Amino acid sequence: MNIDSFLLMRHEIILLVVILLLIVAEVSISPRKKNSIVHLAIFLFGIHTIAGFLTIEESSLFGGMFRTNGMIHFFKNVLNIGVLVLLLQSGDWLQEKIVQENKGTEFFILLFSSLLGMYFMISAGDFLMFYLGLELSVLPVAALAAYETAKRKSSEAGIKLILSSALASGVSLFGISMLYATTGSIYFADIIEVITASNLSILGLVLFFAGLGFKISLVPFHFWTADVYEGAPISIASYLSVISKGAAVFILMIILFTVLKPLMHIWENMLYGIAIATMFIGNLFALRQQNMKRFLAFSSIAQAGFILLGLIIGNQLGTATVVYFVLVYVFSNLAAFGVVQAISLKTGKENISDYEGLYRTNPKLSLVMMLALFSLAGIPPVAGFFGKFFLFIAAASEGYYLLVFIAVVNVTIALYYYLLVVRAMFLRKTDNAIPFFKSKIYMRLGLIITVIGILALGIYSPLYEYIYELSAIFN
Amino acid sequence: MNISYIILIPIIPLAVFLLLGIFNQKIKPAISGYVGVFGLLASAVLSLYAAYQYFFVDGKVDGVYQIFVDKTVWMNFTETLHIDMGIMIDPISVMMLVVVSVVSLMVHIYSRGYMKGDEGYTKFFAFLSLFTFSMYGLVLATNLFQIYIFWELVGVSSYLLIGYYYTKPSAVAAAKKAFIVTRFADLGFLIGILIMGYYTGTFDFETLNNPEGSAILNWASTSFMGLSVITWALLLIFIGGAGKSAMLPFHIWLPDAMEGPTPVSALIHAATMVVAGIFLVARLFPMFYFVEHGFALNIVAYVGAISALFAAIIAITQTDIKRVLAFSTMSQLGYMMMALGVSGYDGHEGVGYMASMFHLFTHAMFKALLFLGAGSVIHAVHSNYLKDMGGLRKYMPITNITFLIAALAIAGMPPFAGFWSKDEILVAAFEHHKLIYYIGIFVAGLTAFYIFRIYFGIFWGKDKSYEHKPKESPLSMTFPLLVLAAMSIVGGFIPFSEFITVDKAGFEAHLNYPLATIAVSVGLVGIILAGVFYKKENNLADKWANIFGPFYKWASDKFYFDEIYLFITKKILFKRVSEPIAKFDRKVVDGTMVGIGNKTVQASEKIKGMQSGKVQDYAFAFVGGTVVLAIVFIYLWTN
Repeated sequence: MNIDSFLLMRHEIILLVVILLLIVAEVSISPRKKNSIVHLAIFLFGIHTIAGFLTIEESSLFGGMFRTNGMIHFFKNVLNIGVLVLLLQSGDWLQEKIVQENKGTEFFILLFSSLLGMYFMISAGDFLMFYLGLELSVLPVAALAAYETAKRKSSEAGIKLILSSALASGVSLFGISMLYATTGSIYFADIIEVITASNLSILGLVLFFAGLGFKISLVPFHFWTADVYEGAPISIASYLSVISKGAAVFILMIILFTVLKPLMHIWENMLYGIAIATMFIGNLFALRQQNMKRFLAFSSIAQAGFILLGLIIGNQLGTATVVYFVLVYVFSNLAAFGVVQAISLKTGKENISDYEGLYRTNPKLSLVMMLALFSLAGIPPVAGFFGKFFLFIAAASEGYYLLVFIAVVNVTIALYYYLLVVRAMFLRKTDNAIPFFKSKIYMRLGLIITVIGILALGIYSPLYEYIYELSAIFN
Repeated sequence: MNISYIILIPIIPLAVFLLLGIFNQKIKPAISGYVGVFGLLASAVLSLYAAYQYFFVDGKVDGVYQIFVDKTVWMNFTETLHIDMGIMIDPISVMMLVVVSVVSLMVHIYSRGYMKGDEGYTKFFAFLSLFTFSMYGLVLATNLFQIYIFWELVGVSSYLLIGYYYTKPSAVAAAKKAFIVTRFADLGFLIGILIMGYYTGTFDFETLNNPEGSAILNWASTSFMGLSVITWALLLIFIGGAGKSAMLPFHIWLPDAMEGPTPVSALIHAATMVVAGIFLVARLFPMFYFVEHGFALNIVAYVGAISALFAAIIAITQTDIKRVLAFSTMSQLGYMMMALGVSGYDGHEGVGYMASMFHLFTHAMFKALLFLGAGSVIHAVHSNYLKDMGGLRKYMPITNITFLIAALAIAGMPPFAGFWSKDEILVAAFEHHKLIYYIGIFVAGLTAFYIFRIYFGIFWGKDKSYEHKPKESPLSMTFPLLVLAAMSIVGGFIPFSEFITVDKAGFEAHLNYPLATIAVSVGLVGIILAGVFYKKENNLADKWANIFGPFYKWASDKFYFDEIYLFITKKILFKRVSEPIAKFDRKVVDGTMVGIGNKTVQASEKIKGMQSGKVQDYAFAFVGGTVVLAIVFIYLWTN
C-alpha cells in the first residue's frame, strides 16, 4: 500500500480533514466570532466539492473492501453538489442559531460524518463496509433531526428516526447474515459467483432490501418519513429526502445490478409491486397535506416509486435513467425545500395556505418554487420532464407497459397537488400574504444554483450521454 | 472552412431579445432602439463575412461548393434517428443569412423612425430580434426537426408582431387568423416529418438529400394509395411550406397580416418568413426531384403557378396599398415555387432552382423596399387607402424615386434586379413546361399593371385635401429606402448561377434575348395601360371595371375564399362536428374524470388513519411488510 492508492480515497480523506479542521476551529475561535465558522465550513466544503471533480482511476483497496470507479465517483460528486447547495441554503439559519444558542459547529461535523458514511457505503466492496457506511450515515442524522432541542417536535423526530432506523438496520443485517450463510462470503465479487435462488437467499434478499427500502422511503417502510420531515429542521428534512435518499438509491442499484443480479427474476417482481404501492400511497397522502414539509415528504415518497421504474429493468439504460432522474430530483427538491426554508426562516410559516398570494409580494421566490414543482411534476421543458420521460421509455422498452400506465396515472394525480401549491401562490388573492422580504446572499446563491440546474439539465443533453456511457459498467 | 463563429449570428439577436424582453420597463426607448440596431448590425456584418468566406475564399473544393455542418445530438432515438441541433452552411443557407440580415437590419433602422413615440417601442424591438433569431435558426437548421422548431418560433414571432397593436380588434383577429391558418398547415408538416423519419430513419438533410442515399433510392419500397409514402411525406411537408408561403388555399392569412406595423410587413410578410416555404422545398429539392420521378415537384409547380395568377388578379382590384403589396407578395412567391417546380437537376437543367433562389433574393430587396416606401407614404398621409393619396411626388421625392425603382424592378424592366431573376424563371418554365410559361408571362404583365396602378395612384394624379401637408420622412426611414433601392438596381448583376445551383457546381447563364424581349414587352404594355388608366384623374378604370362586371366583383372580393372558409368552419365544423363532440366531452369524458378525481380524494381520506404517528405501529408495518414480501416470494412466487 502506498500513497497513490490512498489517493483513491480522496473524497473520504479530504472530507475527514475538513471535519478535523472544523473541530479545531470550534475550539480555537472565540465565542464572539463563532458565526464565522459557517463561512469557513462552506468554504472548505466548496473546495472539497471542486477537488472531487478531478478524475480518478478505477481500482480497489483493502483487499476489495473499498472500490471506486467512474460511476461511483460521479455519485459522490452528485452528493457533494447537493450538500453544497444545502449548506448554502442553511447558512443563514445556522448563523442565527450560533448567535442565539451558541451552537453550530456540531451541525457541520455531524452532517459531514453522515456524508462520509455515504461515501463508504457507495464505495463498499463487501457487506461489512456497506453496513458500517450505512450506520455512519444514519446515526449523525438522528442527532441532527433532534437539533432544535427547544422544540418538542424536533426531539420526537429524532427519536422516531433512531428507533425506526435501528429496526431497519437490524433487519438488514439479519438479511446480510443470511446471504452470508448461503454464499459463504461477504465480498460482493465472491457472492455474485455463487448465489442462486433458494429459500434462504430470497429471505436474505427481502430482509436486506427492507433496510434500504427504509432509507429510500418505499412503502411499507416509509412511515417514519412524514413525521421526521415535519419535526426535523428543514435542512435535515431536505438532507434526508435528497442526499440520503440519493445515496441509498445508488447503493441499492449497485448491489441489485451486480451482486444480486442472479436473483433478478425475484427482485424485479418485488420492485414491481412496491413501485405501484409506493406511487399510490405517496400520492394519495400528499393530496391531503397542509404542511409544506409533510407535503414534500409524501411527494418524495411518490418520487421514489418512480425511481423503481428504472431500477426494475436492471441494465445500462435503467442505470442511466435512474441516475439522471436522481440528479434532476436533487436539484428540484433542493429548490423546493430551499424556498420553504427561506420563508420559514423569515416568517416561521410552513403551511400551504400561508403561501397564498405569494406571487404578488415575492415574485422571484414564487417563480423558483413554481419551477421546482413543475420539475417534480414533470412538465416540459424543465429537467423533471426529461427525467420522467427517460424513465418511462426505459421501462416501456422492456415491456412494462402496465407499470408505465400506472405511473402515468400517478403523474396526473401528482400534477394535481403540485398545482395546488402553484395555485395558492399565483391565483389566490388574500390580504395577509407573506410580506416582501429579501433573503441573504447564501440563500439566494443556493436557490440560483438549483434554478440553473433545473433549467440546464433539461437542455444540456451531453450530460445524459455522459451518464449513459458511465452506466456501461452495469450492463 | 471555419464555421464556428457562425453560431454567433443567431445568438446575438437572441441575446438582444432577452435583454430587451427582461428589462423591458427599465430601458429607455432611445437606448433600446440602438441596442436592436447594433445587435443586428453585428450579426449582419458576420453574415456578410460568412458569405464572403464561403463564396469567394474557401467554400469551394474542386469547383463544387461544400456543405459544412457543426452539430450535436440533442435527443437520441435510434442509431440513425436522432434530433440534432446545429448549423449547416451551404449555398442557400448562406444566401438566406445575407437576405435576412440585410433586410432585418434595414427594417430595424427604419423602425427607429417609424415607431418613434410608440408606447411599446422596446417591446417592438424585442419581438423583431426574436423573429430574426428564429429566422436565422430556420435557415441554418441541419435537420427536419430543427427546422420545424424554428418554423414554429417564426410563427410565434409573426403572431406577436401582427397583433402588435393589440388594442385594435382587427389586429388581434388578424394575428389569430395567421397563427391558426399556418398552424393548421404546420400540422401537415409535422405529420410529414414523422412519416419521413419513420420510413427513412433519419431527419438529417444531408442524408435525406443524398441522391445515392437509401432515402431517395428506396422511395418505392412502401406505397400508400398508389403513391410512395415518401411522396406523401413530401406533399405533407409541402403543405407546411404552402402555409407559411401563403400558397393557395392557405393564403387567406397574408392580406390580414397587414394589420401589423408596416416595417413588420416588410420584414416578415415580404422578405423573410414567407419565403420559408420556398426555402423548405429548395432545402429538400433532391428529394422532391428524385422521389417518384418528381411527382411532388409537379404539384409544387402547379400550386405555384395558380397562386401567382390568382393573387395577381386580386391585386389589381384592391384599394388598400398594403393589401395590393400583400397579394403581390403572394403572386411573386407563387413565381418562386413555380420556378422550383419546373427545375431539373444537373448543370443548366437546374436553372429553375437557381432562378427561384435568385428571385427570392431580388424580391426580398425590392419588395421590402416597396413596403417600406408604402410605410413612408402611410406615415405621411395617415391612411392605407389609395383614395386618400395622390400627387405625393412633389412632397416626398426620395420615397417617390425609390418606390419607382422598386416598381420597375418588380415589373421586370431591365436593368433592374427583378428583370434578371424573372427572365431566368421564364427561361426555366419555357424549357420545361409550356403551359406554366404562358401563365408566367401573363402574370408578368399583370404584375407590371397593378404595381404601376398604385405607383401612379400614390405619386401622380391630383393632390388630395391633406389635413397636414405631407412631408418627406426622416433620415432613419429614407436611408434604408436608399440602401434597398441600390440593391434593387445592382442586385440583378450578381452572377447567381455561379453560386447557387442544385449540384453546387455552377453553370454559365446567358440572357435569352427572344424570351427577354417578350417578357419586357408584356411588362411595358402593363405599365402603359396603368399609365393610361391612373396617371391622370379619369373614369377609364371604372368603365373597364364595369365591363368585367361580376368578374371584377369576384376578384375584388378575393374570390370569396374567406367566406368559404368561414362557411366550412362555422356552419359545418363548429355546428355539426364540434358541438356534439363538446357535449360528449363535457358529459362523458369530464364526468368520468371528475368521478375518478372524487374517488381519489375519497381514497386519500380513507387511508389517512394508516399514518397514526405511533412508532410501534410503524415498526409493525415495517416488519409485517417484510414478512409478507418474504412469504410471497418464497412460497407463492416460486418458478
